[in-house]
Amino acid sequence: MKTTLFPTKFGTYGGQFVPETLMPALIELERAFVGAQKDPDFRREYEGLLASFVGRPTPLTYAKRLSEKLGGAQIYLKREDLAHTGAHKINNALGQALLVKRMGKKRVVAETGAGQHGVASATAAALLGLDCVVYMGVVDIARQEPNVFRMKLLGAEVRPVISGTQTLKDAINEAIRDWVTNVSDTHYLLGSALGPHPYPTIVREFQSVIGIEAREQMLRDVGRLPDAVIACVGGGSNAIGVFSGFVDDELVELIGVEAGGSGIASGKHAVRFGDATKARVGVIHGTRTYVLQDEDGQIAETHSISAGLDYAAVGPEHAMLRDNERAFYTSATDEEALSAFQTLCHIEGIIPALESSHAVAEVIKRAPTMRKDQVILVNLSGRGDKDLNTVIKELGTL
Amino acid sequence: MNRIENAFKNKPIFMPYFPLGYPDLDTSIDVIEALAQNGADLIEVGLSFSDPLADGPVIQKATQVALEKGITIKKSLAAVAELRKRGVTIPFILMGYFNPMLAYGLEKFVHDAREAGADGFIIPDLPLEEAGEFQTLVGDLPLIQMLAPTSPNARMESIARHAKGFIYLVSVTGVTGARTTISDGLGDLINRVREHAKQSVPVCVGFGIGTPEQARQVGVLADGVIVGSACVKTIGESQDPIEAARKFAKNFRDALR
Ligand SMILES: Cc1ncc(COP(=O)(O)O)c(C=O)c1O
Repeated sequence: MKTTLFPTKFGTYGGQFVPETLMPALIELERAFVGAQKDPDFRREYEGLLASFVGRPTPLTYAKRLSEKLGGAQIYLKREDLAHTGAHKINNALGQALLVKRMGKKRVVAETGAGQHGVASATAAALLGLDCVVYMGVVDIARQEPNVFRMKLLGAEVRPVISGTQTLKDAINEAIRDWVTNVSDTHYLLGSALGPHPYPTIVREFQSVIGIEAREQMLRDVGRLPDAVIACVGGGSNAIGVFSGFVDDELVELIGVEAGGSGIASGKHAVRFGDATKARVGVIHGTRTYVLQDEDGQIAETHSISAGLDYAAVGPEHAMLRDNERAFYTSATDEEALSAFQTLCHIEGIIPALESSHAVAEVIKRAPTMRKDQVILVNLSGRGDKDLNTVIKELGTL
Repeated sequence: MNRIENAFKNKPIFMPYFPLGYPDLDTSIDVIEALAQNGADLIEVGLSFSDPLADGPVIQKATQVALEKGITIKKSLAAVAELRKRGVTIPFILMGYFNPMLAYGLEKFVHDAREAGADGFIIPDLPLEEAGEFQTLVGDLPLIQMLAPTSPNARMESIARHAKGFIYLVSVTGVTGARTTISDGLGDLINRVREHAKQSVPVCVGFGIGTPEQARQVGVLADGVIVGSACVKTIGESQDPIEAARKFAKNFRDALR
């Protein structure tokens, strides 16, 4: 049975592994998305809001002192931390919220780990007059408290999730359970390039603005394309967004950085691509991809200092890019991310999100091995205000 | 005549769900035996998964307990074989999520399930679109298709046309769990399914049925009544789960006569 308008899979990854009740909603969503893509009014409204509400384009910043300190490649930061609400998540939340209006639905549910997607969803819902419920694991509520207040201020209801491991994956379970129950008037505003088709494609398209802008900015301001593009990978939305701008430029290396937690050997991490014992291709939350799991197929607990990277699966398009070797994936530990966080604060005057600090950690490892005339573009996916509690706890009083 | 066809000789039939390993493995085997001996016509044998996104709180909790106590696919299949050894002859449909089956190895899973004495599969996160590979592996063992109130006619038709064994009609939009009332539109929904299924396979209704009275009402309309959360809750909360299983099965059996 062929029911979709474009391929549901990325190679052998992706698909639509969801209960029958949700299949019609996915088909409807795909139709709405395809219609919107072709509709100049939709594009105009979306792009207008990206400019007037989100503050796009976000700047490209030359990290002069960091480049000098590392003594190798020149480093440029794509400043998604300067987008309204403080992370790239708003690009997707706003796009999907406009689709919700188009479908005539009135209510959105969302999951959140770091709280950034929850805040972005609450913001988009407030802007467009939608009801918004955000599911968040109680472990994440504790470590990202400022964002919980922000969501509530923005008029969203935050529902604590106490099932399972009480983190992002359980928040997704609860959001899907709500969606399956209220599907006639509710849209699931999924926050990463994950889940069943068409979500990975929709999220990539709404995040592709990062890569499109960054490519233009590189050519205009630096006069050339970067040698490497580096982004952190939770579900993979900021990474796929920036990668998509360069995927056809074969000489540009694409590097994704997963959460190394306490190190792969410790077992406490979220390295879906680098742990040969626990990471296998499986199916979770509607998609076929690399999943951290035990030998009986139960989804493994993950660990990261950053709530936004603390998830057992990775977006299916990344699985394909990894297999066909178009992108390369590595990891940074909690410690490396914290150290990169401090470095960027001290010598660039930018407080990055702990998620984004993983990408910066890879820059710190890689730049010194490169020549001075080479260029790295790093996607600074978000700002670190939300992480101050965690950082204070880890570092003690400064 | 295979075990499933045989089970549908006297309709409507009673089809309880119970997860292996809850409250512990030995008890769950005894519970399933007791259900079978006291009026269940077919049993949906639950395989546990860490992330059961189509299940409500009762089944979530029970399967989590089963996992904490160490249930695995391998142990579950051995338990099915044990039930066959004890002489239970009603059909067993294995109900579980796809990932543990993938991890076990699909081919080996189907092979071992057949050897153990299973009669079919229900996989809530494997809609028709994704079922191809599994369907070629199962051969004559049916992969039971689910239909929902949200399924549009065209979709209902192509799913019903492919259906084998029986059709699992999800009576409400939502997750598993007992509801206080039977939805008004159920009769129409069943008729809509029957039209598309052209009477060839039985239509069974699940999700939301909690009491013998509700089962009786649904049994007037459907060929089979599936009871999950209420069964798990009643038996799981009892001091004497085996006795509770006997009573539970008898009550529903009587209501459906
Ligand atoms: C600032 C920031 N960066 C990255 C991520 C990870 O998500 P993704 O991999 O989808 O970009 C998050 C998620 O919450 C985030 O808040």
